[in-house]
Amino acid sequence: MAITQPPKIVTSRMGYDDSYTLERYLATGGYDGLRAALARTPEAVAAEVDAASLLGRGGAGFPAGRKWSMLRKNPVTYLVVNGDESEPATFKDHLLVERDPHQLVEGVVIAAYALQVSRVFIFLRGEFALGLERVQSALNDAYAHGAVGRDIFGSGFSVDVVVHPGAGAYICGEETALLESLEGKRGFPRIKPPFFPAAIGLYGDPTVVNNVETMSNLPWIMTNGGAAFAALGGGRSTGTRLFALAGHVANPGVFELEMVKTTFDDLINAPVLGGGIPHGRGLKAFIPGGVSAPWFGPDQIDLPLGQDEVAEAGSMLGSGSVVVMDDHTCAVRAAWRITKFFSRESCGQCTPCREGSGWLERIMDRIERGQGREEDLDLLMDACDNISPGVAWPPQQTTICVLGPSIPSSISSAITMFRDEFLVHIKEGGCPYG
Amino acid sequence: MTESTPVAPPRRAAFAPAAPTHLSADVVARAHELIALYPEPRSALIPLCHLAQEQDGWLTPEAMVDIAGLVGVTPGEVLGTASFYDMLHTEPVGKHVVAVCTNIACLLGGAAELLEHAEHSLGVGAGGTTADGAITLEEAECLADCDRAPCVQVNHRYVGAQTPESFDQLVGDLRSGARDAEIPPHGTLIRVRRTTGIEADPAVVAEERRTAAEARAAREAAAEGGVS
Repeated sequence: MAITQPPKIVTSRMGYDDSYTLERYLATGGYDGLRAALARTPEAVAAEVDAASLLGRGGAGFPAGRKWSMLRKNPVTYLVVNGDESEPATFKDHLLVERDPHQLVEGVVIAAYALQVSRVFIFLRGEFALGLERVQSALNDAYAHGAVGRDIFGSGFSVDVVVHPGAGAYICGEETALLESLEGKRGFPRIKPPFFPAAIGLYGDPTVVNNVETMSNLPWIMTNGGAAFAALGGGRSTGTRLFALAGHVANPGVFELEMVKTTFDDLINAPVLGGGIPHGRGLKAFIPGGVSAPWFGPDQIDLPLGQDEVAEAGSMLGSGSVVVMDDHTCAVRAAWRITKFFSRESCGQCTPCREGSGWLERIMDRIERGQGREEDLDLLMDACDNISPGVAWPPQQTTICVLGPSIPSSISSAITMFRDEFLVHIKEGGCPYG
Repeated sequence: MTESTPVAPPRRAAFAPAAPTHLSADVVARAHELIALYPEPRSALIPLCHLAQEQDGWLTPEAMVDIAGLVGVTPGEVLGTASFYDMLHTEPVGKHVVAVCTNIACLLGGAAELLEHAEHSLGVGAGGTTADGAITLEEAECLADCDRAPCVQVNHRYVGAQTPESFDQLVGDLRSGARDAEIPPHGTLIRVRRTTGIEADPAVVAEERRTAAEARAAREAAAEGGVS
């Protein structure tokens, strides 16, 4: 496929060294979207976002407009922005918070107006030290500019926005764990039902939780219209999306691409994008949407970057991160490291996840070190089955949140695609890749 | 034996919050500013832990007692919360916490080799602190800087992809203070202070506080009543 040249919706200022300043922001159309929004009714703003069919950019891909419409009517409601970007190999929100914090602030105020909430919390992972400083600076400037706070741009609408630093825990990207953390507690996900944030969220009040990239799309949608956004992409996957490309590619980075119109092959191999696999090596496998997603092989490289297209092929577009493994990569080692991550980051509430991830990590570790046993492959799959019965995609869930059912993805992918490699590790007591 | 009815002690009786004694007047003033931003004081618990680390470099027991008093929980609840989070250190760490990510993208970029080099070069394993107290080495999970693999952060500031050679140079610069302006000592997370308080209508803020306190009271009542 040809790589399309869509308008830059969220990365239009990335070429400027001072992209994060209010001066640059105002000189490049900044806060025009908010002014356009405030000139309309909140319902009209929500309808515009609905018309854009903007799918949430955090990982689950739930339509933002529909999420907003589910917010329970209540005297107190909240908007919480999820900037806890921690899914391995995902680094798109990192770019947005550091390089265009005003765009995030503007998007947040637009959403707050549509939802008529008077308080927003922007939860950023604590490791974004520079991002936290940039967003706080942007907010300070935006308050002074009249774009946040009391009576915004003379419209009568008021909203306070607070930046909240996390403290290092993957699970806080799960929206109910994030709310627990924001309440000053351990990041334990809440059971749903009843704790759907739109019904019972922060401090028990109805809460919308949206991702940083989702919010960053709103200024453009308000300026250019939901229909213009929906005209990009294809099917349910409208607009552009940030794809974070990492691993064995010549030119890793974050690319804003039109959904569906671009393929994984384009992303990985096009000279203007990933630039192909270096050292003359071939493609072994790639992970299409964060390490919770099942892997794809070279035969699936022509799939378009669309949410439904990837789901139909048995995986997920997830957080928009693509990890490329060349043909010198040890699949056992790659799957072991991902399993170790889940074992470390399991919050410990549910037995299948807490115990299962540790078991799996230890078995994978011994296979990787050449001390595996013949029966280990069956044991791995049995343990996976106990975490997520059937080990299918989309996965069955036995736990409070989806971290548990994400654990088997890499192991079952690696065993299915590279069984021989596991057998070499077990029978010959070592790795064929050294 | 004398007959006695076992009575569960009231959960919070043992801790009477007192005025902060360990945190400095400036930190306490900033803590009150932060607490005022939230409908519930406890929401400021983690930001306050970061502030305490800014003062001491790590989260000391004395700081936890002060934080407990400031947000209205017990010191045990502060520790119980803080211990969940990788960035909150309940034991002393070096002036520079050097985090080497070894997750998948960085692994493919040579992170395991870099970490091994770092351990040999510094003479400490991951999690350890050098004898001079300058460096704590950590093996980190994904830090969201995957296009610069293997990714390294010092005190949560990105320093870009490192080779074994550049890593040694980095450590030398950290020890000599050459990067002090760019990388503050461990614990200092956000150097930009919020310039405005909450501007919303006081009636709105009061309503937020009322519903939040109501929800907390309901939860505590449920907890006191035990599992039904």
